Amino acid sequence: MKKLINAIPDVVKEQLEGMAAAHPDELKVHFEPNYVYRADAPVAGKVAIISGGGSGHEPMHGGFVGMGMLDAACPGEVFTSPTPDQMYEAAKAVNSGAGVLFLVKNYTGDVLNFETAAELAHGDGIPVQNILIDDDVAVKDSLYTAGRRGVGTTVLVEKIVGAAAEAGYSLDQCSDLARKANQYGRSMGMALTSCTVPAAGKPTFELGENEMEIGIGIHGEPGQKRMPLTSADEITEMMAMEIINDGAYTRVVREWDRDAGDWYDKSLTDAPFQKGDKVIAFVNSMGGTPVSELYAVYRKLDEVCKANGIEIVRNLIGPYITSLEMAGMSITLMKTDDEILKFWDAPVKTPGLRWGV
Amino acid sequence: MTVVTREQIVHWLELTVTVLNENKDYLTQLDSAIGDADHGTNMDRGFRKVAEKLPTVADKDIGNILKMVGMTLISSVGGASGPLYGTFFQRGGMAADAREELSADELVTVLQGAVDGVQARGRAQPGDKTMMDALLPAMAALRAGVTAGKDSLGAMEDAVAAAEQGMKDTIPLQARKGRASYLGERSIGHQDPGATSSYLILNALLTALKE
Repeated sequence: MKKLINAIPDVVKEQLEGMAAAHPDELKVHFEPNYVYRADAPVAGKVAIISGGGSGHEPMHGGFVGMGMLDAACPGEVFTSPTPDQMYEAAKAVNSGAGVLFLVKNYTGDVLNFETAAELAHGDGIPVQNILIDDDVAVKDSLYTAGRRGVGTTVLVEKIVGAAAEAGYSLDQCSDLARKANQYGRSMGMALTSCTVPAAGKPTFELGENEMEIGIGIHGEPGQKRMPLTSADEITEMMAMEIINDGAYTRVVREWDRDAGDWYDKSLTDAPFQKGDKVIAFVNSMGGTPVSELYAVYRKLDEVCKANGIEIVRNLIGPYITSLEMAGMSITLMKTDDEILKFWDAPVKTPGLRWGV
Repeated sequence: MTVVTREQIVHWLELTVTVLNENKDYLTQLDSAIGDADHGTNMDRGFRKVAEKLPTVADKDIGNILKMVGMTLISSVGGASGPLYGTFFQRGGMAADAREELSADELVTVLQGAVDGVQARGRAQPGDKTMMDALLPAMAALRAGVTAGKDSLGAMEDAVAAAEQGMKDTIPLQARKGRASYLGERSIGHQDPGATSSYLILNALLTALKE
């Protein structure tokens, strides 16, 4: 293992200390429990948007804390969900009274910890809602698995809902928009190499020189299938077509009923893409793949979308939701409408995303 | 042996700290095959915290001791196992209430509360390849043993044997919950790390009852 680290137990702490030192205008960091929060939180009258997850995906989520995006982010250990006390303390710190929306990537650990946190926040009288992000089309069914994982769409939802909260949306409006944007987004990822969790000291899986792993998540876990490595064009076309041709996807999610103070099941179905859809295209590096290669991917993605009647109206290209030093990339397409585009274009000022300011 | 004492409960937790530390690499190795290679590290981190706090509650009632363990795990383990094992001890503590010792029937009540709590939080079914595949057979064996007139030690021996069998029986299963479920058929052939840690924890209780 070759990494720029001091001591393994200090990896997350020292990264957070560095962020606090680098971005004092945007954010502050609270330790024990650990959370990153907006320097000017709580923002009066505004719904607070909080996300979190294991570390190792930087800039997500801590790098998206700031004006127009997240109010707080809760980092866990590398690839390990954060704990409910972090989320609960973060919620108390940034709640202005307008309530807190937890954006939760669909991984069992994140879901269970955020559910516990929502119960704690509710017990304190904080209006709260949990919205799941589950956009990974590599997971085909929800009946025999924990459901689709939350991947690239997370970044887009955090941007869009963060802007809506900034514009004065209520907790219910923010929740509805987050649910809709998640249902409009689909992603798929691939790996050229594995990655090494510092505490483990060796790569999570082995890939041969001429192999690639298709349908990976973002935690160095093996994916859907292993295949011989092929060209950028072929890989891009295969992944884009899986996304574009993905059928309707139905699953049951748990959301919080504030009046009953309990969870209820909600069945959601995502409609497939259709000819004429206008989309945001997001080509993301898993950490080790250079931006130059992402542009090669985007070049082909643009061609495939055009050939299938899908119009890319906005794009985002770069490393935004990574898997440590893994080489590889993910593609996300999100259908848009006027509401989504308006909030995508709205100003954002965070360490990881910044425009319009 | 007629009752399970507070001292035995405290000793169970001390043994669990040791056992999970000794099996840290083993659990992580199981988890790297079908999960994200952190189960051993996470459980060890959580129970080290428990070890730090244990002296401060060792003279309290069993309910308080178990609830402390639950809260500590919830706030220090992370992953799926944090809330699940946290709930296990919290609900067990709620079922134990202010008791300072447990009859065989009360031991069943406490562990049933613990297992019911995990099931409600994680919603796993038997055969999903999770910790429930060790806990549910153990609970059934414990209850059957006590109903048949066995004492706590005898019934726990049955329960641990059932947990061990349940743990081994996860090997041919295809995971339907948690991160392992994404592997589909590739999860077959590996022993579930959560079922393994559940077996280790129940076995530590049996050891405490024997001493």
